[in-house]
Formats: sequence, structure tokens, C-alpha cells
Amino acid sequence: MKQYATGAPAETVAVTSSSDVVTARQMVRTLAQRSGLSLVHQTKLVTAASELGRNMLVYGGGGVVRAAPVSDEGRRGIFVEFTDEGPGIPDVELALTDGWTSGNGMGLGLSGAKRLVDEFEIESGPGGTTVRIVKWGR
Amino acid sequence: MTDRVPVLKIGDILLVSIQTDLEDQMVMDLQDDLSHRIVETNAKGVVIDISALEIVDSFVGRMLATNASISRILGAETIVVGMRPAVAMTLVELGLSLKGVRTALNLERGLRLLRRLTAAPADRA
Ligand SMILES: Nc1ncnc2c1ncn2[C@@H]1O[C@H](COP(=O)(O)OP(=O)(O)OP(=O)(O)O)[C@@H](O)[C@H]1O
Ligand SMILES: [Mg+2]
Repeated sequence: MKQYATGAPAETVAVTSSSDVVTARQMVRTLAQRSGLSLVHQTKLVTAASELGRNMLVYGGGGVVRAAPVSDEGRRGIFVEFTDEGPGIPDVELALTDGWTSGNGMGLGLSGAKRLVDEFEIESGPGGTTVRIVKWGR
Repeated sequence: MTDRVPVLKIGDILLVSIQTDLEDQMVMDLQDDLSHRIVETNAKGVVIDISALEIVDSFVGRMLATNASISRILGAETIVVGMRPAVAMTLVELGLSLKGVRTALNLERGLRLLRRLTAAPADRA
């Protein structure tokens, strides 16, 4: 993923409980509104953030969500990063398959979040997982 | 302790109006509360108003689907009303079809649909 110019310092939310996932969601929503993303784009981005924030909590044992407005060639968007220090995802490609879950979820979180945003990147290893997403306005 | 979503009984219908951004625990509690209240009150129908919900992710989506199946087994029909258009578009892209979940545009239409569905078989159109 390209390093985009950020329009403001990143905001962060530490996630250690499901109420923190709500807080992270609200932070992303506020940034998206401020950057002028359409309602549909906001909804898609916040839904993706909800999925990734929950995964971070459930499988990664919690972590940090960092978000910032970004711009590129006149476009404005929102960058969000989810970092945990959990066990990592052994097979990222498999985890990105619709319907694949190691637990009792529906296996839609990762694959669905990927579809809902414009850019999506996962780095995962035994030291933890980082997922980065960008949603552009329009 | 997290807050609980209130379940109101109106005649033989249970009405759930979700007014806040839901934490996962609240979603699970609501699912429990609803199945208990259906049995306790002998409700014939459940209406879940999600018009205030800004997002429905896989967790809430699964609760809506599971609740529809559970209530059906317990003899009640569930109608989900008021889903925002942006939420509906997002759900489809997320990959959630909500198969088996009956929906209506708003509360009024949901209640009308419920009345039709729960009418005695003899006077069902
Ligand atoms: N941050 C993470 N750390 C470790 N494993 C992860 C992480 N995120 C996802 N996974 C793994 O990837 C699998 C797929 O994740 P995904 O979100 O698609 O589905 P799910 O969480 O199992 O179900 P759903 O999100 O539909 O409720 C998970 O079951 C889990 O094994
Ligand atoms: Mg998930």
C-alpha cells in the first residue's frame, strides 16, 4: 500500500473490550464524515472497521486502531490500521476465503471487509497481525 | 454490566426498538431475552426496528438471522423493519444475505405484514 499524505495526525483507540470496538467504530465514522465521504461510503468503511476491530479483539487478544484522513491526487479518503500482537493468521489466503472460520463465526469478516474498502493489506506472523485499509470518497 | 435493549410487549407482539450502537454483549443478551420473552408471553410476532442502526455487521446480522429461526421454532414470526438503504447495500457487499429474515420498509408495514402472517390459517389470503 502506498504511503499517502495524511491530512491530520492519526487518532488511536486501544481495543481491549467490545465497548472499545464501538469507540473505534465511532472514531472512524467521525473522521469519514469530516472528510466528506458519502453516507454509503461511510457505512461501508465503518462496517469493515467493525469486522476488523472484532477480529483483533477475538483472535488477536486486543490491539490498537489508528485512523487518519489521507489524500492522493485530489482524492480524499480515510486510512485505518488495526494492529495486534496475537498469534497471527497461519494462512492469510485461506482466512480471506468467504465462509472460512477457525471459530464459530460466519467467516465473512475478513473477506467482506476487503470487499467494502478500496485498499486492503494484511501483514501477519507469529508476532501479530496488522491490517490496513483505505476507503476513498467517491 | 452492559445495558440491555428493551423488549416491549404490545398485545401478542414483542417490539424491539434498537436505539443505540450495539456492543457485542448487548447483541447476545438481546437474542437470549427475545427467546425467553417469546415463550413467557406466548407472543405470535416479533418486530425488530433497526432504523436507528448506522451499521449492521456480521455479528448483528447473524443475531437477526438466528433470532428469525429461533422465533419460528417457538411459534412466532419475526419482522425486521427500517433498515437504512446504505446499510442494506453494505450488507450485500459484506456477503450477508439474511436469508430467512423477513423485512419491511417501516414499522407500519411490518405490523401489517405480521398481522397477515399470524392470522388464523382460515382467513389467510
Ligand atoms: N487478527 C487476527 N489474528 C489471528 N487470526 C485472525 C485475525 N483475524 C482473523 N483471523 C482468523 O481468520 C479467520 C477468518 O476471519 P473472519 O473475520 O473472516 O471470520 P470469523 O471472524 O471467523 O467470522 P465472522 O467475522 O464472519 O463472524 C478467523 O476465524 C481467524 O481464525
Ligand atoms: Mg470476524
